[in-house]
Amino acid sequence: MSKPIIQVKNLHKWYSGVHALKGVTLDVQRGEALGLVGDNGAGKSTLINILSGLHQQDEGEIIVEGQPVQISNPKDAMALGIETIYQYNSMVPIMTIARNMFIGREPVKFSIGGIGWLDEAKMREESVQAIADVDLHLRSPDALVGELSGGQRQGVAIARAMHFKSKVMILDEPTNHLSVKETAKVIGFVQGLKEQGVTAIFISHNLHHVFACCDRIVAMALGEVVLDKRANETSIEEVSEKL
Amino acid sequence: MRRLVKLALQKPELAGALLLLTLVIVFQIRSDGVFLSVNNLRGILGLLPETALVAVGVTLLMISGEFDLSVGSVFALMPMTMAVLVVGGWPFWAAMAVGLGVCIVIGFVNGIITIRYDIPSFITTLGMMFMARSLTVVVSGGFPPRIRPGEIPSRLFVGFIDDGNLIRASVLWFLGIAIIIGLLLGKTNFGNWVRATGGFLPAAKAMGIPTGRVKVVCFMISSVLAGFAGMIQSMRLNSFLPSTGEGMELQAVAAAVIGGTSLMGGVGSILGGVIGATLIRLIDNGMVLSQIDANWFRFAIGALTIFAVVGNAWLRKKGRAMKVSVDK
Repeated sequence: MSKPIIQVKNLHKWYSGVHALKGVTLDVQRGEALGLVGDNGAGKSTLINILSGLHQQDEGEIIVEGQPVQISNPKDAMALGIETIYQYNSMVPIMTIARNMFIGREPVKFSIGGIGWLDEAKMREESVQAIADVDLHLRSPDALVGELSGGQRQGVAIARAMHFKSKVMILDEPTNHLSVKETAKVIGFVQGLKEQGVTAIFISHNLHHVFACCDRIVAMALGEVVLDKRANETSIEEVSEKL
Repeated sequence: MRRLVKLALQKPELAGALLLLTLVIVFQIRSDGVFLSVNNLRGILGLLPETALVAVGVTLLMISGEFDLSVGSVFALMPMTMAVLVVGGWPFWAAMAVGLGVCIVIGFVNGIITIRYDIPSFITTLGMMFMARSLTVVVSGGFPPRIRPGEIPSRLFVGFIDDGNLIRASVLWFLGIAIIIGLLLGKTNFGNWVRATGGFLPAAKAMGIPTGRVKVVCFMISSVLAGFAGMIQSMRLNSFLPSTGEGMELQAVAAAVIGGTSLMGGVGSILGGVIGATLIRLIDNGMVLSQIDANWFRFAIGALTIFAVVGNAWLRKKGRAMKVSVDK
């Protein structure tokens, strides 16, 4: 087996008196779709927030593609090719698709001291292309994200991550509050990632969704990993027992 | 076509613009044509840049999701600082630079305290409003500084630039600054960050935008524009009073809101802020011309604020309800 794309070693995190992560060790293999499951407060969000740069671990090590790394903010994570898609938090509803696509990574025609003139034509063109690439069909990149359905929003977020060539895509509860049809679409997106060689970490507390698109299941409870098996070697029953 | 109508209805400054147009027509008729006469326009254009500059800064800050109640006090503190230094023998440009420097510091302090301690900017800037006003009186020493005409180059800021004595330099300053801030918000990556920060903070943070720094910069811009506007007014009147700009903070917020800026952040435009400020000035002026008791001015501004926001919400809802599918 090739080298894991992300290795997490003995990760600890305390939140004012709460020991949220108790020495989590986990290898994520290149190209796999890993399902991370657990009840509320199991520590999965904490782990994800550390990998995406929103929080820092108190102890432990993160190794990306063989290199020990320090992820101090979301920009660091993105630079390493780790992109996180949150259920609510990844898009600004009152902004257009094209604007959302490039938040924080806007293409500029020229810039002075970090303030640059937006290349709006490029933003529109590339967002149309990126959206089409994930098989989502939207009429205009000028539509407000707030007008899209939940599934379409996830699609745009995934398109954004694909556009910026992320190597690892973390999807935090992407199917929450979605209709059955929309959920199927998001699961389709995740399955599509594997064909493109993108590693996916899919977080959900809906085991059916996880089993539908992941080839490895990692379960967490009370800040620890309690189960780590191939999806075809375990079952929904076994996983739910552990949670 | 429907799509264009839908987009237009959702423009935040639409209600303000329609009101502006209506009022111009009403006042023009009620005043028997005096309203749009050169003499009257001169008066409006003299005052407008002062309110509008403050409104532009406050609008930008509100779009980033924060609030500034200290602009009225900064409006007085900047020219007072400058005037006291000039009277004390400083060269004008150095005094002006110090004055603007004071504004930058105030904006920075407003921003840093708000962000660092995670408190509502309403509170931070309310405190700053009192402090800056008090400083203005302290700096003046209780006696307004007297600056002889010609001692400072007021002409560069408030002198008439045409033979008809219609347009003052302040109008050009205002237009230039408003266009720059408008472009900064609408056409640059920084503007994208401002909107994202005010529009949905968690998303902006998750995308790695330095939201704290973005807000602090907006606080500083708001302060500097307020100070600059105060300087222009003091120069136009050639009097430097510690009470200048009282109530300006709420007028600026009203202007921003009338122009479609949301108190929640994210929504709004610089053009909207300018339209709002223009409306306030027109009402002030139009009421006098229509011989309505001037004591009704604040009532009119208040009613207008509520009316514009309700109208905006209604238009936007209409726009949103228009069935234009986003699917192909």
